[in-house]
Amino acid sequence: MGGFWAAVVPVLQMFFLSLLLLIMLPAMFGFSLGITETYMKILIKTLKWATLRIQKSSKEEETLKHSSSNGLIQRDDSSLEKEIGERRGNRRGDFALSDVFYFSKKGIESIVEDEVTQRFSSEELVSWNLLTRTNNNFHYISLRLTILWGVGVIVRYGILLPLRIFYDIILSYCWMNPQLACCNDGVDALHCRLKDWLSELVHVMCYRICARGLSATIHYHNRENKPKKGGICVANHTSPIDVVILANDGGYAMVGQVHGGLMGVVQRAMVRACPHIWFERAEMKDRHLVTQRLRDHVNDKKKLPILIFPEGTCINNTSVMMFKKGSFEIGGTIYPVAIKYDPQFGDAFWNSAKYNMVSYLLRMMTSWAIVCNVWYLPPMTQKEGEDAVQFANRVKSAIAQQGGLVDLSWDGGLKRAKVKDTFKQEQQKKYSCMVVGDDSSE
Amino acid sequence: RWRLFSDLLYKHNFSEIIQRASKIFVSHSQITRLYSRFHSLDKGENGALSREDFQRIPELAINPLGDRIINAFFPEGEDQVNFRGFMRTLAHFRPVEDNEKNKDPSAGEPLNSRNNKLLFAFRLYDLDRDDKISRDELLQVLRMMVGVNISDEQLGSIADRTIQEADTNGDMCISFSEFIKVLEKVDVEQKMSIRFLH
Repeated sequence: MGGFWAAVVPVLQMFFLSLLLLIMLPAMFGFSLGITETYMKILIKTLKWATLRIQKSSKEEETLKHSSSNGLIQRDDSSLEKEIGERRGNRRGDFALSDVFYFSKKGIESIVEDEVTQRFSSEELVSWNLLTRTNNNFHYISLRLTILWGVGVIVRYGILLPLRIFYDIILSYCWMNPQLACCNDGVDALHCRLKDWLSELVHVMCYRICARGLSATIHYHNRENKPKKGGICVANHTSPIDVVILANDGGYAMVGQVHGGLMGVVQRAMVRACPHIWFERAEMKDRHLVTQRLRDHVNDKKKLPILIFPEGTCINNTSVMMFKKGSFEIGGTIYPVAIKYDPQFGDAFWNSAKYNMVSYLLRMMTSWAIVCNVWYLPPMTQKEGEDAVQFANRVKSAIAQQGGLVDLSWDGGLKRAKVKDTFKQEQQKKYSCMVVGDDSSE
Repeated sequence: RWRLFSDLLYKHNFSEIIQRASKIFVSHSQITRLYSRFHSLDKGENGALSREDFQRIPELAINPLGDRIINAFFPEGEDQVNFRGFMRTLAHFRPVEDNEKNKDPSAGEPLNSRNNKLLFAFRLYDLDRDDKISRDELLQVLRMMVGVNISDEQLGSIADRTIQEADTNGDMCISFSEFIKVLEKVDVEQKMSIRFLH
């Protein structure tokens, strides 16, 4: 037994090391040897085959949910005015016992399917992609499919996962060292520009290794609109990996709260080499302080563009939720970016209620791959007579349209917080106007 | 792998549930989708929904009658509703045309008949289930729907007028048959139905 291991271990080491070098080195310099591409091609072919098998077998039963994005029920957007208004006819104002019908129908509709709660859990896939986690209605389909799933499990946990973990170890080593070198107090002030350039290079390289480590295939579109120095980059938020995805193509200054744990260590390391903007939790409450610091950063034209996620929380990449107006009050050019992941290869959404950071990363490293499209949209600035909220909504619609996402005005904070009473009060006010018959008031 | 195991447990019961559920909802795919929905609302993962689970739906929380609608799911004195109860309540809102597909004479009046839809609405008012809508009960519902925007006096006179128009036997309350009479011209089937897409 001992002899067996003595023979196998060096072989394994060689295998991993060579794979590592073959994938990592090109990644650092931004070109590819085609290994990932070949892997992706095989993967796509396999998944297509699996889909066909599932569809064939489900034709015998009733049709599968062939389009989960269509929704479960037909929702007519009839407004309160239309529904109740039409039964009033000529009478100026009135209450009828049937008024409850409107509210109960809307209520039951929202129980069956609502626009908000579905955004805080992973998107349902149209067809199974051979991962257990996405299989909601497991029923045995065929032996071949099950075998394929089994092979998938072995490949993902046996080959991909260790490989990716290796990466992370090497990555953290690579990252910490240049950080220390760059922020060496002994570095001359004259070499400041060199230091900036070098640290930017190192950052991009590290992010590239990161991305390769997750088998991330990123397609950038409209790169002529890439965010420039002194601007603010605004994007929809799906997971912490968004940062890696965007930083693969250039340097950004991050904004955010100081975290504890693993994130905190990373944050502290990052800030020593690059001027990122981290806030204490208490400071976040002081909006003027936050706005001022961001403004200072933006006005310094030599500094990297700030990266902000105005939704404030992770959304499942089927929609864009309300943008908080804070980022839009700073003044400065906004560079909107739309990020859309392809859910077929791996679900990138971080459901922070269900998974902590470590289990999330493990899930990422055991998916097939991360495939996403990044669109750089033309820069936008606040128009005359437009307030911050309207500006935010305009940017949000542009991003939603480009990424093919649903544009919602619900607050992403509803993930954790209760909805504000003001919305209910609005409805009550509208209804009261109809009952009283007062057409002049709003 | 506990989650996987509990999922399998759900699925084991699932086929039994489907059997019984097909008496309530006809379409297999609808039952499956509703089950997914039930499961996603059930944050405690104990196979039953509580009132808090419903309140987590923002669109329902801002509905003026939200609490009454949630109440309709819970039988007397209970605060958990299982999938069967969930489906039974939702079944009231199936379109009436659906019944054409399921002609089962022994099944009795279907849950989504016009009468049963009206009964659902009646029960939104009649909180104490004494089969009468009293003036107070009517005022309560009115107050929920208008919020703070109408004075007590005005609301009171609206309630009085409504009862006067509906009440035929002079007991100053609205019984279920009086309720049906008042609404005989209203297209209940359309206003209290939800169309499934599959």
